[in-house]
Amino acid sequence: MSKWDISGMDSWTSADFPLGAVIPQAGNSCDYVTGGWRSNRPERNDEKCTQCLMCWIMCPDSAVVTEDEKVVSFKLKHCKGCGICAKVCPVDAIDMVPEGCDLPEVK
Amino acid sequence: MPTQKTIAATGNAVVAEALRQCSPDVMAAYPITPQTTIVEEFAGFVAKGRVHTEYVTTESEHSAMSACIGASAAGARVVTATSSQGLALMWEELHIASGMRLPIVMANANRALSAPINIHCDHSDIMGARDTGWIILFAETAQEAYDNTLMSMRIAENPEVLLPVMTCLDGFITTHSIDRVEIMDDESVADFVGEYTPVNALLDLENPVSHGNFAGLGGPFFEFKKAQREAIERSRKVITDVAAEYSVLSGRPFGMVETWGMEDADVAVVVIGSTAGNARHVARQLRADGVKAGVVKVRCFRPFPFAEIAEALSGVKAVAVLDRAESFGAEGGPLFLEVRSALYDSSERIPVVNYIYGLGGSDVRLELIETVFKDLSDIAAGEEAPAGLVYLGSR
Repeated sequence: MSKWDISGMDSWTSADFPLGAVIPQAGNSCDYVTGGWRSNRPERNDEKCTQCLMCWIMCPDSAVVTEDEKVVSFKLKHCKGCGICAKVCPVDAIDMVPEGCDLPEVK
Repeated sequence: MPTQKTIAATGNAVVAEALRQCSPDVMAAYPITPQTTIVEEFAGFVAKGRVHTEYVTTESEHSAMSACIGASAAGARVVTATSSQGLALMWEELHIASGMRLPIVMANANRALSAPINIHCDHSDIMGARDTGWIILFAETAQEAYDNTLMSMRIAENPEVLLPVMTCLDGFITTHSIDRVEIMDDESVADFVGEYTPVNALLDLENPVSHGNFAGLGGPFFEFKKAQREAIERSRKVITDVAAEYSVLSGRPFGMVETWGMEDADVAVVVIGSTAGNARHVARQLRADGVKAGVVKVRCFRPFPFAEIAEALSGVKAVAVLDRAESFGAEGGPLFLEVRSALYDSSERIPVVNYIYGLGGSDVRLELIETVFKDLSDIAAGEEAPAGLVYLGSR
């Protein structure tokens, strides 16, 4: 199926939108950047991490990126900073770090 | 041509019969007086296998309309029925059904809203829902309730419209009185109503869609509302076309506005629902006495037939609008506001008087209608119109 082209959406009129605010395509939430909502960012300590993949299982946004069954990074376009990965990590290998500021007094 | 049989039945019984003949996929409903016998009768059809409908018993009207929305989004032909507090409890879902453009068909048995508690007829319930984006039809008689229900299905499901439609009938007066009704044969109804081809059905796995999406600040919410306005405006022609087709089949015409004696009327009453019969009866008697009396019955309230009203009332010397609902603090009742607005562009300055009547089922005797026509004749003869609205028959 060809991708739903929404490039001109800003100039669409009432006649151009799909009926009843339907989104006529599955899986396009990938295009919806929700990372901007984040106030805390996960940071993983590779030395502590045992690659148990609990964070990958539990992440509600599927924002934990793996390669060859190993965690490699976080997809920050979609991570909302909920902190579940840090909470479920059995070896405390993930810290939630404040976004947008690295002044010591707000850390 | 269809075979029609004449039966004696209540308004509710023939609404249930019409819904059965439309073969809906889903009915989700909750009983409430005076609508209960519609869903009771329909549940009986399901139990006896006379209709193959998934009948969903819900714990409230809020849930009933929610289930209807879910089923309709899934791609089902969906019907339900309610009344009064039940309609009020559906309020947020009524907007969702129309906003999602789901062609749900519902019957509403018009009944007063609490407090004080009252189970009898007035139009407070439906007038509270007049801005929910539903197409709203009214029935005077059981026959009209049957006819409106069949036409509702075609209007709602028309690709140019795709909006929910409500058929209203007066609680007890029309819902429970036994009336003479002509019923079409099942096959002719099935041919008339046709198969429903849903748009954007959730159960169409080949073409996945998501319903109930967000359109927030800076998004296209405004455009979606405009699309709803455009759809209900398009429905005017669809309603007229469907009614014309139905009229050929049934021999019973439908007008968004139906008139009696308006060709040469000096004085006219505008009314909705069962009271139209009383008004015509009085007008007929007055005609025998030389009074040129007429009656305008509004059968479609949304979309409101502005042009038809203005045309029907053109040349009249005084008009009374009978409202069976209040709009506390407004200039008048809901129908009055619409009718007077419809006359604004007219070059004539026709005096329009508003009467609030029959709230909570209070009786609308013929003498009360006579006083209305008497007032109108006085105004037509040059007397002052009553200031403000009149509570017809109040102590």
